[in-house]
Amino acid sequence: MTFQEISDILKSTIGDHFTTDEKQVLQPQLIVPADKLKATCLQLHTNPLLYFDFLSSITGLDNGVEKGTFEVLYHIYSIPFDHHIIIKVLVDRQNPQIDSVTDIWKGANWQEREIYDMFGITIHGHPDLRRILLPEDWQGFPLRKDYQVQEYYHGIKVENQENNG
Amino acid sequence: MAENQIEYIYKEENLRTSEPNFFKEKDLQAGEMVINLGPQHPSTHGVLRLEVLTDGEIIKDVVPHMGYLHRCFEKHAEKLPYNQIIPFVDRMDYMAAMNSEHIYAMGVEKMLGIEGTIPKRIEYIRVLVAELNRIASHFVAIGTYAMDIGAFTPFLWLMRDREHINRMLEWVSGARMLYNYIWVGGLFYDLPVGFEERCTDFVNYLKPKLLELQKLVIDNKIFIERTANVGILPLDLAINYGVSGPCLRGSGLKYDLRKVDQYSIYPELDFDIPIGEGKVGTKGDCWDRNYVRVQECHESIKIIEQCVVKLLGEHKRTRDFDPQALAPKKIRPKAMDFYIRGESPKGELGFFFRSTGTYDVPARVHGRSPCLINLSVLPEISKGVMLADLIAIFGSLDVVMGEIDR
Repeated sequence: MTFQEISDILKSTIGDHFTTDEKQVLQPQLIVPADKLKATCLQLHTNPLLYFDFLSSITGLDNGVEKGTFEVLYHIYSIPFDHHIIIKVLVDRQNPQIDSVTDIWKGANWQEREIYDMFGITIHGHPDLRRILLPEDWQGFPLRKDYQVQEYYHGIKVENQENNG
Repeated sequence: MAENQIEYIYKEENLRTSEPNFFKEKDLQAGEMVINLGPQHPSTHGVLRLEVLTDGEIIKDVVPHMGYLHRCFEKHAEKLPYNQIIPFVDRMDYMAAMNSEHIYAMGVEKMLGIEGTIPKRIEYIRVLVAELNRIASHFVAIGTYAMDIGAFTPFLWLMRDREHINRMLEWVSGARMLYNYIWVGGLFYDLPVGFEERCTDFVNYLKPKLLELQKLVIDNKIFIERTANVGILPLDLAINYGVSGPCLRGSGLKYDLRKVDQYSIYPELDFDIPIGEGKVGTKGDCWDRNYVRVQECHESIKIIEQCVVKLLGEHKRTRDFDPQALAPKKIRPKAMDFYIRGESPKGELGFFFRSTGTYDVPARVHGRSPCLINLSVLPEISKGVMLADLIAIFGSLDVVMGEIDR
């Protein structure tokens, strides 16, 4: 199924809330408002015509302080039908929060924890939202563009090459 | 930098644990106990800490703690040009660096739009070295797994055979494990003279050894007793968790990205996809996953043989062949997002790229690590099993911590 057909099915079932990014030619993306993410994913998973059963990857992105948004991209794949969809959600940088899709695809669990760990996006409805790769008492979210390394961690100086020249 | 700068300050509060236990002592019920496994335990294959809630010897819950090997791959990748990220990609899955490089280079080539211009000889060499590395990775997986559950001999035998592969790849690239051999748009160097013949010798050496391995480990009565019906991963659960690679195929799905996506020159090659059938136990148990790995070694040998024939015949070495000729001096893809995936020995390895179009450095690179997602199924399938079986289940997932933590 092509991208156009998939987005038509979604528009007919959920309503026309979607936009597409014209610049993405190779892999078209469907931009979904944050409050419609859960409904969209549920439709993708349960609709027998779509049957997106395999969540490949969740990626977070920081667009920087000037644009003021984070992006979360979901790469979803259907094994029986061999078609892809990429869902993009824009999240406000001041108050970053998003709905969890863990109860649809359980594999989202640790990937959403990684998004929280690296970007500090709060994930609503996540069963176990803790840091995953960094220690629990680490300060700040490293993949944000304006991230500053803490000076001391447990009394140990944190080496920062940028500050030391 | 000033020499008398203070490097450490002593304070009482600095002695707190940075990764506290998930289960608090006050919440435990009668008979429950928290056992901490790792991070320096040899059967956790690196540095993984498993916090196990047990009732006697029965496991109630497992909480993995990761991040001890976090080397900030994604943060580094924001500062480096595309070709300089390849050594970092090597260090993700250090057991199968060639496969990671292959997928990474393929992704950047597709972004640049030059994937159709790569000479066939380069593609065949890439697949040849990647499949050699796949065998090496599966050998480590099976060898350490056998050692985890108490058999020492297979580990030594498999390490001996893996050594041949390591030496061959050292001959090709100069490094034993972290190669930086596959470049964007080409290769570091052509194959050394005589490599194809040595591949043939190696394949002839390895074929009887694989049958020996089959007898020693897979068909061994003790091994079957230990692994059959242990750690059953049902297919629907595996797909819902996003499990891929030999773990997914062990649950009985014929799904291999080399066939599904038809990337590189895999459509020209003839090989099968082995799947778990539950021959000695239930479909999707630990035995099936290891059986799939051994069968995949046979398939990789088939691929290597076909590559060697092509590299000696149709795409043979010529005097003026330069594998670096097409490697772009300046890698600057158009502004786009791109996700590439491929079959690494552990499963679906994916890379997400965002390029700005105005700069040689990617705005974002994200690695979709198959090990991380395969491991996330561990708490689900190890509830209610014996403590000793936890090691057996964990080992059969074949995770490499370098890729989980990145």
